[in-house]
Amino acid sequence: MSGQRPVVSDERRVASDVMNLTLVVWRQKDAQDPGRFETYEARDVSPDLSFLEMLDLVNDQLIRQGIEPIAFDHDCREGICGSCAMMINGFAHGPEPAVAACQLYLRHFKDGETITIEPWRAKAFPVIKDLIVDRSAFDRIIQAGGYVSVTTGQAPEANSIPVPKPAAESAMDAAACIGCGACVAACPNASAMLFVAAKISHLATLPQGQVERKQRVVRMVKQMDHEGFGNCTNHYECMAACPKSIHVKFIARLNREYLRAARTHPSRPGEHSGSSH
Amino acid sequence: MVLDAKIPAGPLPQKWETHRKALRSLRPSEARSYRVLIVGTGLAGASAAATLGEQGFQVEVFCFQDSARRAHSIAAQGGINAAKNYPKDGDSVERLFADTMRGGDFRSREANVYRLAQISNAIIDQCVAQGVPFAREYDGYLANRSFGGVKVRRTFYARGQTGQQLLLGAYQAMLRQVKAGRMRVHPRAEMLDLVVADGAARGIVVRDLVSGAIEAHAGDAVVLATGGYSNIYFLSTNAKGCNVTAIYRAYRRGAWFANPCFTQIHPTCIPMASHYQSKLTLMSESLRNDGRIWVPARKGDARPPSEIPEAERDYYLERKYPSYGNLAPRDIACRAAKDVCDEGRGVGPGGQGVYLDFSDAIRRLGRQVIEERYGNLFAMYHEITNEDAYQVPMRIYPAPHYTMGGLWVDYNLMSNLPRLFVIGEANFSDHGANRLGASALMQGLADGYFILPSTLADYLAARPAPGGGARRPAQESPAHPAFGAARQGVQERTRRLLGRKGTRPVDEFHRELGKLMWDECGMSRSAQGLTRALAEIPRLREAFWKDVAVLGGGEELNQALEKAGRVADFLEFAELLCRDALHREESCGGHFRVEHQTPDGEAQRNDAQFCYVAAWQFQGDDQASVLHREPLTFEAVPLSERSYK
Repeated sequence: MSGQRPVVSDERRVASDVMNLTLVVWRQKDAQDPGRFETYEARDVSPDLSFLEMLDLVNDQLIRQGIEPIAFDHDCREGICGSCAMMINGFAHGPEPAVAACQLYLRHFKDGETITIEPWRAKAFPVIKDLIVDRSAFDRIIQAGGYVSVTTGQAPEANSIPVPKPAAESAMDAAACIGCGACVAACPNASAMLFVAAKISHLATLPQGQVERKQRVVRMVKQMDHEGFGNCTNHYECMAACPKSIHVKFIARLNREYLRAARTHPSRPGEHSGSSH
Repeated sequence: MVLDAKIPAGPLPQKWETHRKALRSLRPSEARSYRVLIVGTGLAGASAAATLGEQGFQVEVFCFQDSARRAHSIAAQGGINAAKNYPKDGDSVERLFADTMRGGDFRSREANVYRLAQISNAIIDQCVAQGVPFAREYDGYLANRSFGGVKVRRTFYARGQTGQQLLLGAYQAMLRQVKAGRMRVHPRAEMLDLVVADGAARGIVVRDLVSGAIEAHAGDAVVLATGGYSNIYFLSTNAKGCNVTAIYRAYRRGAWFANPCFTQIHPTCIPMASHYQSKLTLMSESLRNDGRIWVPARKGDARPPSEIPEAERDYYLERKYPSYGNLAPRDIACRAAKDVCDEGRGVGPGGQGVYLDFSDAIRRLGRQVIEERYGNLFAMYHEITNEDAYQVPMRIYPAPHYTMGGLWVDYNLMSNLPRLFVIGEANFSDHGANRLGASALMQGLADGYFILPSTLADYLAARPAPGGGARRPAQESPAHPAFGAARQGVQERTRRLLGRKGTRPVDEFHRELGKLMWDECGMSRSAQGLTRALAEIPRLREAFWKDVAVLGGGEELNQALEKAGRVADFLEFAELLCRDALHREESCGGHFRVEHQTPDGEAQRNDAQFCYVAAWQFQGDDQASVLHREPLTFEAVPLSERSYK
């Protein structure tokens, strides 16, 4: 009576439908361990598997051999939580555009290919274990001012301030950031400018974000510098790596917002050497 | 024992307002001597944390993710309901209330649902003020769309990322309180036990997922906002980390678990494609606004969809439910999909799928409009299936998605254990036996922003301060022996899990449990199947403890250990879920017992015997749980057969 699960077992596939991959994976026991690459084989995997499902399969086999599985952050597996984070063949989230690693499918790789998998590499994102890094710097940047101060219950009627549709759309384009850190990982300077620019642009575009507009950008940029992220030198790698295709035009916006605030805001920030467009 | 939900007296529309005004509050200078522990940072937890921080409480927040922003509310796609009636199509608080009652198949509390509908509008105001970029019309005012089980347009949305935007709003509000020094956030920290002493919740035991340290935290109140348990099915739309541990551990410590068998299967998910698949992906219900659902009229018709002429297609939802059509509620749409697949008319691999076809909408509105509305969903579909849904119909199939069951709470959102509050999906909630689309976000934020902060403050304000009215210490010392005992229990269990020198990975057991639960306690259930499951689960649990392989140590980041603990709890909780399903001899909402259906296959409720909330009390590992009943009464929306025809 009950619903049967469809089982398309991988055995039923014809030989040409499976692939073999060689994985060169960064293993690092903890923050103190210098770390090293290990090589594993992924045999007879279906091209319809997601990249993370392939790692599940490899881990399954490692466990059966008594080898500790590869640690990697992941959660929603639909590209929205921002947990998954790995360099795949030197690309943040892999070579396909506009997807997170969890949305990457094996059909984009070739049978017999060797794939190198590494954690995000950035001073501000120290490695915790294997492919897992500490991205709490992003939380501290938001904490520095990435919000609108409105106490619960004091909000006015939602439709009392109309927002032009183009402004709302542009705000949403920026707000789509999932905070994964790929922009930092892809940048030769490990800059977090795209991440910060996304939040600054989202809130600066909306009427609700105007009151704190200046102090927000000053505080967030100050925190960004404090965390040890580098500066933007216009490589545009961040935009290419971003799973949500956040545009670098928002970095130009961030620079404008910062300049405007830094010149007029009473609590003038310390020195900041952000890029200029 | 008959449960008292502490529903305020008076007429339904005035209950909450009257009650709220009578609630005591604390001045910030008083509030800061109280410590509140919040577990979970989804919409409910984050919004509660933000608001309690604003009120001056010391708040300690815990989440297992590496950042509070990643809690699974982030993945909610479609939208959030409110009774604003901006489109002027006749919506009202009463109508939202009545739709939700009826959608829940008359297994929810009238007073709670009415309050939810009343609060819905203030949520939208709050979120807009925070800068949530909701979709807007060209005139600059907020846009609305329709969802299943509803005839008005009352759903607010931010593209297909409504949950993300609402959660970031709450997360940012929360971090504002961290900056103000009223809150600490503990990411990568998993609650593994509740500390109960003298019959009340005193704190929690948490494992630091990086260092492996097991620590006890004491608080004046504990708030669980830990989400639902759909991952009991292994494959679900939930994030991989979602689990039942926090609420199940609280249940073992004496909190009552209500309606565990009320689980929601979502009709529009991408069908399973491979044995090694790790999760199922939801395609927002909003797609049913413009997509038409069909299967071939003839069994075993293997032609590609484009070659099946109109006359040989069965638009079965439009045929069976002409009034709601493709927007029939979730439980009904799921069963209808299962029925046509069981008849051998399903499409795609294994015949487990139905078409969701946009060709009419594309002809009518143009591809650009469809792209604007659903572009990200079509892209996601393409990425997963390698098919272009602008050219060929999507294939969809139901998948576990949400759980209406959860810990029992009274009108003030407090469990039967004093000082333990439960909010969001983790409580047994306001959705009865079936949740309507775009109502989970509404409930999470209503609980977190507006209800809990008032009722919790009142509860604390009413307690006599210890030490004859002297100011309470900022941190209650976890010196009470109950803390040590709970901590030791968690350490012992961790050692036990690590001590298994088996050979089979945790996932293998989880998959097996998931298949069993899906087969016997999924979209349809029977006494025979449930009895089989109840015999099978203890065997599976035994095999788990005998043969599971958990490598690595306890004092380090160990994902296998985390997973093993969660699956061990699912293996116990599964029995409670099946027992509840077996005891409820009726079909209602998501709970469909094959023995109880109308001649045309619709759910048949048994109001004479089962018009109650079933709250289960733990009695010990080898003892059957005791059932407590909270009778449900209906005044404003009289009990009636639920028809969407």
